[in-house]
Amino acid sequence: MTTTMTLAKAITSGLDKVLESDGKSLLMGEDIGRLGGVYRITDGLIDKYGEHRVIDSPLGEAGIVGTAVGMALRGFSPLVEIQFDGFVFPAFSQITTQLAKMHARSEGRLTTPVVIRIPYGGGIGSIEHHSESPEALFAHTAGLRIITPSNAHDAYWMIQQAASCQDPVIFFEPKRRYWLKGEVDTETPALDAFKAQVVRPGTDATIVAYGPLVPIALAAADAALEDGRSIEVIDLRSLSPIDFDTITESVQKTGRLIVTHEAPTFGGLGGEIAARITERAFLSLEAPVLRVGGFHMPYPISKVESQYLPDIDKLLEALDRSFAY
Amino acid sequence: MTRAATEATEPDLIQILTPDGQRQSHGTYDAYLGDVDDDMLRGFYRDMALTRRFDQEATALQRQGQLCLWVPLRGQEAAQIGSGRATRRSDYIFPTYREHGVALTRDVSFSEMLRLFRGISGGGWDPRENNFHMYTMVLAAQMPHAAGYAMALNMEQRGWDEARRAKEGNAVVAYFGDGSSTEGETHESMVFASSFNAPVVYFCQNNQWAISVPFEVQSKVPLVNRAAGYGMPGVRVDGNDVLAVLAVTRWALEHARSGKGPVLIEAVTYRLGAHTTADDPTKYRMSEEEAQWAPKDPLIRLETYLRENNLVDDAYFEQLAADADAMAAKVREDAMAFPVPPLAKSFEQVYAEAHPLIQEELAWHLEYEAGFADAAEGEH
Repeated sequence: MTTTMTLAKAITSGLDKVLESDGKSLLMGEDIGRLGGVYRITDGLIDKYGEHRVIDSPLGEAGIVGTAVGMALRGFSPLVEIQFDGFVFPAFSQITTQLAKMHARSEGRLTTPVVIRIPYGGGIGSIEHHSESPEALFAHTAGLRIITPSNAHDAYWMIQQAASCQDPVIFFEPKRRYWLKGEVDTETPALDAFKAQVVRPGTDATIVAYGPLVPIALAAADAALEDGRSIEVIDLRSLSPIDFDTITESVQKTGRLIVTHEAPTFGGLGGEIAARITERAFLSLEAPVLRVGGFHMPYPISKVESQYLPDIDKLLEALDRSFAY
Repeated sequence: MTRAATEATEPDLIQILTPDGQRQSHGTYDAYLGDVDDDMLRGFYRDMALTRRFDQEATALQRQGQLCLWVPLRGQEAAQIGSGRATRRSDYIFPTYREHGVALTRDVSFSEMLRLFRGISGGGWDPRENNFHMYTMVLAAQMPHAAGYAMALNMEQRGWDEARRAKEGNAVVAYFGDGSSTEGETHESMVFASSFNAPVVYFCQNNQWAISVPFEVQSKVPLVNRAAGYGMPGVRVDGNDVLAVLAVTRWALEHARSGKGPVLIEAVTYRLGAHTTADDPTKYRMSEEEAQWAPKDPLIRLETYLRENNLVDDAYFEQLAADADAMAAKVREDAMAFPVPPLAKSFEQVYAEAHPLIQEELAWHLEYEAGFADAAEGEH
């Protein structure tokens, strides 16, 4: 059955499915109960499942993630919400030193299937710490899995796939796409959450994007067509692990690769992708892998954020450089 | 802090066995010692003596280069044996990295415990077998785990009345120290546990020193006073008195178990040795202070009590020393015999589910290492 819904509503519906099907699952976070979360992603779920399964937590991110770890050790499957990207850092130690390492430290005896939902990214005209993209900081930590949907159908399924995964998963939600509507097929599951997906086939160059930039990459591909360039767009979907096979296959066909993300270019996932693809497909490349990302600065004041964020023009400019090489 | 302010907030110290080995009664806590007979008393001494001997052997192993590190507990045996013996098997324990005595009360193998410190395991024992969690090196990181675990127990015990909870309910003990009392996660854990009435007993061994920093830098008030700020009861106990610790912890577990929420226990003790084998206490504390605490040794006071009441004779101590030496020899033998797992094993343990990067890097690693094997064969 196919339904049109926003990406936000798709996550809500996915969470509803999780709570319905797994009695050990529960939601926890700041303001997620009565209010339904600052983005209303958990709206209505407390009425349906009760306050013991949709828990308004005290205000403390380390406490939220840390208690979720403890619940997981007792056999529960918590899905916790961090209110904004820039507020995750009080929980950074719990995520990187505890959650990520529990399975390894226990020699595989203990699993901590915690899902951490984080609205991320800019373009919403907000104040500081509300527009960040900290995914690379987590991708560098072994033991975590990181995924991010770019459309409603994926959002509906990927949150459920995250919940059923035995490893800890950070689920980054592209907050400026919360209201993007799309078709959700509630009977046909999306692709494996840890695989990339070619969302637009092309022959002349590949753009790899994820989360909030996928619609922009698609728009850039449309614009490039006017110049006679056929652009393949890959929605990465999983940021750890990264599906290098799908990217390699694409680049072997197109010979050119642009990677884009809102996170700063320096030390970002684009660098990792560039290095890996250079190793895997060096002889197929017609130009160096180019990156279109944020600058090496704290996320800027919102009145000038449009100059910071990757957009269609920046992607077209990168394509020009690639083709000119 | 003025002297007057200190005195105004100085809480009671629960003590059953005085430092000179005299047993005194206590209106509240005697009721929690009703079953403590002569055998149990001898058993507590044996637990403490075995723990101390294990600690001594592990320290020696480290000095001989056989362990990466060791964390001595000498002086804290009563706090650990008393609290550990107060728990039920179904209660779950979150230790720091110094709870070797608590581990003994949970039947965690001393030999297995050395796997972590010998550098051949990231954990060492199976936490599920004894409900004794892995050691945690990141200070206070285990504190919110304890609150969360106890919140999960509450979910399992939803709808149980107080009587059923008291009888069948489980609780959690979260160990921490005076140093980690400062960490934010200790605070957050206590807020969560208190707000959700989670059955946690917070057991602080205040051993006076966080490596080189004295207690007064961590807190201007006795730690037990902080309990009031979280809306939970707090009890200060003589941590070198195994009977008082046992009684107070039993009371606290009963309180938590029956659904009344968390409790904070501050066990006042003293780390007679170094923080770790990498530490040098002569650089930061006076030998006079150590000399003051030496006679308060938890083993000495119980020995005095046992001897004065004719519960033991010299033969008891001789046999115990022989048993302890045999245990230490076995631990040493086991530690030296532990096989070193190949790095390939570590790849398998990062994730619970299949992971392409792990598979790719493992394949590369195995091929690379196999190259050396081929080269070695070629030399023969």
